[in-house]
Amino acid sequence: MRHLMSPLDFSVEELDRLLDLANDIEKYPEKYAHACAGKILATLFYEPSTRTRLSFESAMLRLGGQVLGFSNAASSSAAKGESVSDTIRMISCYADICAMRHNKEGAPMVASRVSGIPVINAGDGGHQHPTQTLTDLLTIRSLTGHLNHLTIGLCGDLKFGRTVHSLINALVRYDNISFVFISPEELRIPDYIREDVLDAKGVPYEEVERLEDVIGGLDILYMTRVQRERFFNEEDYVRLKDFYILDKKKMKLAGPQLLVLHPLPRVNEISVEVDSDPRAAYFRQVQYGVYVRMALILTLLEVEV
Amino acid sequence: MGVLNVGRIEEGFVLDHIQAGRSMEIYKYLNLDKLDCTVAIIKNAKSSKMGLKDIIKIECSLDYIDLDVLGFIDHSITINIIKDNDIVEKRGLTLPKEIVNVIKCRNPRCITSIEQELDHIFVLTDPEKEVYRCKYCEEKYKKK
Repeated sequence: MRHLMSPLDFSVEELDRLLDLANDIEKYPEKYAHACAGKILATLFYEPSTRTRLSFESAMLRLGGQVLGFSNAASSSAAKGESVSDTIRMISCYADICAMRHNKEGAPMVASRVSGIPVINAGDGGHQHPTQTLTDLLTIRSLTGHLNHLTIGLCGDLKFGRTVHSLINALVRYDNISFVFISPEELRIPDYIREDVLDAKGVPYEEVERLEDVIGGLDILYMTRVQRERFFNEEDYVRLKDFYILDKKKMKLAGPQLLVLHPLPRVNEISVEVDSDPRAAYFRQVQYGVYVRMALILTLLEVEV
Repeated sequence: MGVLNVGRIEEGFVLDHIQAGRSMEIYKYLNLDKLDCTVAIIKNAKSSKMGLKDIIKIECSLDYIDLDVLGFIDHSITINIIKDNDIVEKRGLTLPKEIVNVIKCRNPRCITSIEQELDHIFVLTDPEKEVYRCKYCEEKYKKK
């Protein structure tokens, strides 16, 4: 039985197969409409995340399966002090597969060690968010046709943004990838990503403060939200949240090949005037998120169609 | 001045070349306070190699103590294994690949911060730089 804790749990070849499957689902959705009939997905969301939870639920429902779960810790037995290990043992009796989001880092891994069903990490604190990464990879590959020879700009909260960390980990495995990190000093990527991932693999990167200076050379611009809940105090959040806003003026400096991605929800880091730009890919990305979660559920449940 | 006599060991370990002053720390890490065997701690012994060093002699059965953890604390320590009053093996130390319940993860966002029953597991992720990371949250362990 397999779980998904980090995007690195899949080899590049396995990822290719998963993304191929997602593209096949996109093309022939009716073929998969009953693939998971009789199966149940549990969504265990100790931390609210409407988007990710609904994406998982939509994926399972579109596969003909059913869903159950909770959407915040207060309405779960965690509020009574039940451990993650005990919860997953119980859920293993109710469902065939589960997606877990937790505000504590490593919680899904704790679950996977005792679980009787595949566990998908649907985001653990500031640590990993592998299904967002799978979504990002599918979006990039579907819209550019490849996952190598890319210059990827990551902008905003690179310190606490788990989607960013997961994406970097996944992309360094492809050829001729380079990164441009655009963030305020306070929100730069953590040392472990710099040392153990980028330096260790000899992946070129630069760290800059101004988006305008680098946007012209990017193939992908990955925008992130400065998340209020990642800050220990309100003052820091207010000071930093508007640092990097993408608008029409900045888009004029970008090339025609640029794709703008965002894990969503956005607050104001992408101006709505950018939405109609053909290079804005963040809403298409949401759709790919459902396809890739469908492919993931099929893969982990070992359902052949 | 006569030779300091802490007695010969029939079976057990002599931990030699401990950095002077660190023997009590190692005593604690190895949980020697919980064993009822004979333990001798020698502080600030003269050493041609180190100037001063600490030594710990432990008289106990050889399978009593998990020595892997010593590799994490200080891998320059040498271990002399004693059986029938003789040194039967001199063992160097390597960095253990995984250490369980020796150090605690200090990341306030880690699952181990709220679930008390969980083992604190650290994995060696970079042998060259001697980096250990929490198995759950991947936070790097910083030695004091």
